[in-house]
Amino acid sequence: MAVTNYSDAAREAVREAMRADDAVWCIGEDLGRGGVFGQYRGLQDEFGPARIADAPISEAAIMGAAFGAAIVGTRPIVEMRFSDFALCAVDELVNQIAKARYMFGGQSRAPMVIRQPMGMWRSSAAQHSQSLESWYTHAPGLIVICPSTPQDNYSLLKAAIECDDPVVYFEHKNMWGLEGDVDTAEAAVIGEARTRTHGDDVTIVSWSQTANFAVEAAETLAGEGIGAQVVDLRSLWPWDKNAVLDSVNKTGRLIVAHESVAVGGFGAEVVAIVSEKVGAALQGRVRRLGAPRALIAYAPNLENKMRVTAEMIVDAARDLMQKSKTKG
Amino acid sequence: MNQANFDRERGVKLLATMERIRAFEENAVLAAERDKLVLGAIHPSFGQEAAAAGVLWPLRTDDYLISTHRGHGHTLAKGADPIAMMRELLGREGGCCGGKGGSMHIADFNVNMLGANGVVGANITIGAGAAHGVKLQGGDQVVIDIFGDGAANRGPFLEGLNWAVVFQLPILFVCEDNQYAATTKTTSVTGGDGPAARAASLGLPTQTLDGNDVEAIADAVTETITRIRNGGRPEFLHVITYRQKGHTSFDQAAYRPDGEADKQMADNDPIQRQKNVLAAVGVAADEMQAIHDAAQAEMAGALQTAADTPFPDEALAFTDVQDVGSPVVEAF
Ligand SMILES: Cc1ncc(C[n+]2csc(CCOP(=O)(O)OP(=O)(O)O)c2C)c(N)n1
Ligand SMILES: [Mg+2]
Repeated sequence: MAVTNYSDAAREAVREAMRADDAVWCIGEDLGRGGVFGQYRGLQDEFGPARIADAPISEAAIMGAAFGAAIVGTRPIVEMRFSDFALCAVDELVNQIAKARYMFGGQSRAPMVIRQPMGMWRSSAAQHSQSLESWYTHAPGLIVICPSTPQDNYSLLKAAIECDDPVVYFEHKNMWGLEGDVDTAEAAVIGEARTRTHGDDVTIVSWSQTANFAVEAAETLAGEGIGAQVVDLRSLWPWDKNAVLDSVNKTGRLIVAHESVAVGGFGAEVVAIVSEKVGAALQGRVRRLGAPRALIAYAPNLENKMRVTAEMIVDAARDLMQKSKTKG
Repeated sequence: MNQANFDRERGVKLLATMERIRAFEENAVLAAERDKLVLGAIHPSFGQEAAAAGVLWPLRTDDYLISTHRGHGHTLAKGADPIAMMRELLGREGGCCGGKGGSMHIADFNVNMLGANGVVGANITIGAGAAHGVKLQGGDQVVIDIFGDGAANRGPFLEGLNWAVVFQLPILFVCEDNQYAATTKTTSVTGGDGPAARAASLGLPTQTLDGNDVEAIADAVTETITRIRNGGRPEFLHVITYRQKGHTSFDQAAYRPDGEADKQMADNDPIQRQKNVLAAVGVAADEMQAIHDAAQAEMAGALQTAADTPFPDEALAFTDVQDVGSPVVEAF
């Protein structure tokens, strides 16, 4: 167990996977110098330029070529630099990678990890700040992971690299420097949530950076005598329905909170499943927190208008507590 | 042609491959139009058989092929089983892809055929990546990546060719130019001097060939593949042929100038041209007729077998999507 940050935890996962399996290699722009965020720093010294490979600015080719290399026996880690740029390679990801195994009747696999740094960081405006994780949950064939802590960025990235399915892996750009304990012996199972706090009054479902805001909110709420159970989904496909339903069955109140636009966001899917399963018992004690369906600005005060904060989660919880003192 | 040096055995085999491709597609069209057994679109390659037979001629089974929506010929020439292919066209059990792909997604990993593709141009970067994978693993296979003249106007053409040059990959890009992209004359929507000039500008050695001369294609590709296998550098081939029929089997292709197709079929049919070549070196008409008859019988039999095969088990609708988060497990 050692303290490390979110970026270095991921780098360690890549390093260990590459030492264990010669088939694993990384491809993306500027990886030789460590990647734009330094998450590959030093790896080319150990593994050489063929396995930590610098690509031309050709996102479609990075994604397509990595896929071609995957179906002939390698296990590529694809670096998209910013999740926004992965949109230049959506055909390759959604039409090719996600579908090849099925269309070819199980003859091929695409064991690859597509790393997509996501989210608002600071004044990066509309083309370098998006959170589009829900898009990929809509594409059968893909796995979608959104880690929120250094531990999970280590364990889940390792699990993603070892997985034979294609994994879209969203790391939040604002968390590269986030420090925390990392136990390299801790393995993660894709599809299992982590219950970050326990409580009997309200369930808060979240992921990525917003899950950390939910934990902050739970601490504030605890001071007011409100017990919040934060369920950090960690992966959106598959997602841990049982962890959410168990918690909601206990608390009778649900908040989903995410940085991405609320409309069509993955929170809607969570609310839909919960209402199908325990809807009557909830009696409307549900809140969905996400960004307005607007664009992310450069000016910090405008950018802030798009954020879902710990305070907003606290307010939503207080409101739910007001509305219904007795559980249904 | 020098009669003394002519490789009679190869010439006859190339004819047989072309006859098999044509017979396969004639039967596929019958299955679509007469029997209503092929429900989706098929894109036949009538008139383009020389490109398939010639380009695939020097490949080993462990070399890779990646193809397009118009890929039956390439796939057969690579060695795929026509019964499995016909079952795939009919969406039946035992099809190459278990009936899940159909004509546009035929793949046969048993012979390293990495797939046709329903997205024009997508196979260019994927093929480059297959060659990248070969290089990373220290293999000596070569990748043949075939696409149409229309695909040269998509972005992956630039990105994929550049990729192969930058990483020095063992791949032969083949632009099989049948002069049409669906219903549009491709030159009318293509700037500059065409696909070979574009490839040359990226640093690829290029050749432009008569795409209906199967002997010339087989000669050129044999040398080219040896060069690529030994040197590990990509090359580019532009083969100019002609699509004798419509874009799909249902397209009457009335948009073509009057007489264009008739003239091509009369004077420039690749199978007839090869028969003329073989006749000139003394191959008997009877022998060539027997090759034709055998191909017809084989493919009519493949269609009959496929038509007699059941559809896949319904449970297979949900298999092979993914292991983690599979619809079979995530049913609720
Ligand atoms: C990206 C994309 N755009 C459009 C289509 C529809 N489409 C299918 S085949 C075709 C023509 C392709 O022309 P070419 O590359 O010359 O191949 P050919 O059909 O002549 O073999 C078109 C436009 C498609 N499948 N994919
Ligand atoms: Mg064409």
